[in-house]
Amino acid sequence: MSEALAALDDVEVDYPRGPALGPFSLAIEPGQIVGLVGPSGCGKSTAVRLLAGLEAPTRGVVRRMTAKGDTAVVFQAPTLMPWASARANVALPLELDGMPRREARAQADRLLERVKLAGAEQAKPAQLSGGMAMRVSLARALVTDPKLLLLDEPFAALDEITRRALGADVQGLWAALKPAIVFVTHNVEEACYMAGRVVVMTPGPGRLAGETHVDGPMPRPPGFRTTEAFRQACERVSADLARGMQGAVA
Amino acid sequence: MSRLANAIAPAALIVVLLAVWEAACRLLSVPVFLLPAPSEIAVAAVENAPLLIDAAGNTLLMAVLAFLLAAGLAFTVALLISTHPLAERAVQPLAVSLQVTPIMAIAPLAVIWAGLDHPARAVVGLAAIVAFFPIFSGALTGLKSADPDLERLFDLYGASARERLFRLRLPSAVPFLLEGLKVAAGLALIGAVVAEFVARSGLSRGLAWRLMEASNRLETAKTFAALFVLVLMGVGLNALMRGAERAVLRWWRGR
Repeated sequence: MSEALAALDDVEVDYPRGPALGPFSLAIEPGQIVGLVGPSGCGKSTAVRLLAGLEAPTRGVVRRMTAKGDTAVVFQAPTLMPWASARANVALPLELDGMPRREARAQADRLLERVKLAGAEQAKPAQLSGGMAMRVSLARALVTDPKLLLLDEPFAALDEITRRALGADVQGLWAALKPAIVFVTHNVEEACYMAGRVVVMTPGPGRLAGETHVDGPMPRPPGFRTTEAFRQACERVSADLARGMQGAVA
Repeated sequence: MSRLANAIAPAALIVVLLAVWEAACRLLSVPVFLLPAPSEIAVAAVENAPLLIDAAGNTLLMAVLAFLLAAGLAFTVALLISTHPLAERAVQPLAVSLQVTPIMAIAPLAVIWAGLDHPARAVVGLAAIVAFFPIFSGALTGLKSADPDLERLFDLYGASARERLFRLRLPSAVPFLLEGLKVAAGLALIGAVVAEFVARSGLSRGLAWRLMEASNRLETAKTFAALFVLVLMGVGLNALMRGAERAVLRWWRGR
């Protein structure tokens, strides 16, 4: 087992309204795509915020890279600055890190091209479709060349067609840049398609309900959804989810 | 077709109302000092045009000065307290007190403080108080309106307080600030006129003074003419602010 990029060691998070997460442990290795699946309110987003350093655990230890730009987050909404162009939005992380504006924006243009948005550099978020705005958000996350990319239900607000296209694009970007990815979703099939390792959480406060390895190449070849490996993985993840729910009821 | 109708409808209503008014005055022989016909008001307006325009200019100048004063103060205060929840807690009740106090009640004090020879200063001050609140509350709401996930993103990339203010909070505040400025511009004009009434001094040489003067002399047509100029000025100001708001918003969000 290689050295983990980031890890949660028996972390617990309590909010004023009650315990939200844990105890929960998760180690992420370089270049790995981890799918994090669980019912609503199980603390998936909390786990992401812990890994991003945006929140501190109540108990337990979070190990993460502290250098700026090593960790990137894509939220459920595109979360773009509505007054700024796509180019300025993507350049933001670099400019906040002190890179000269011209250089940062040139780099932003390259990333926009990578997410198939060449030509939309000047467009403001209101002029973009939901899928395009999400691509800008993805480009912004990748512009610092992060080692860990946290995707918190990034496609939840998109239609199925856009969602699949973006899923394939994320895999293409992963193949080129090889960041470790944590992909949060409550969709079992999306998790098995996007991730090589699927971690299932119980209802809140979320704990580990099970873990499934999805056999198969990444990026996924055409027709992967019809393969036996994919279907079996989906069944196992569904079983973990069901068992987690039962445990919560008992 | 419907656009044309939309544009014509308000004008048509005004024409109809004026015609009814004119006909009623003529048919019922209403005395001029009680209710002059529109035609008589028009004559009075033309005859007193230089006087009224001069007075309107003075009122407008006072309103604009009040607006600028209020905008500067309200924005500065909002900016200073937006970073500190405790400062906001401290200032908020005072700001509300200022808002709910009728300027009629403070006017006598303002007139004394400004000096009896400078009623225009009192008018500007009073109108500024009226215009202060919408800008203040718009700026304060706007400065705190940034998307919480964008705030998290600024945390993630280690933005400084200065970067957060200039790159996130100020731009986020723009739509709220515009709304506040638009409302405040109208209030500044109303405030200036009301303050002139209360100051009760011809030295302010504004439209309200001409209005009072004419009505005291039972020159009702001239009173209406002054009123008409006032309404025209208010409508013009409102249209200007709306246009400015739309233009800036279009630039802000790109459509």
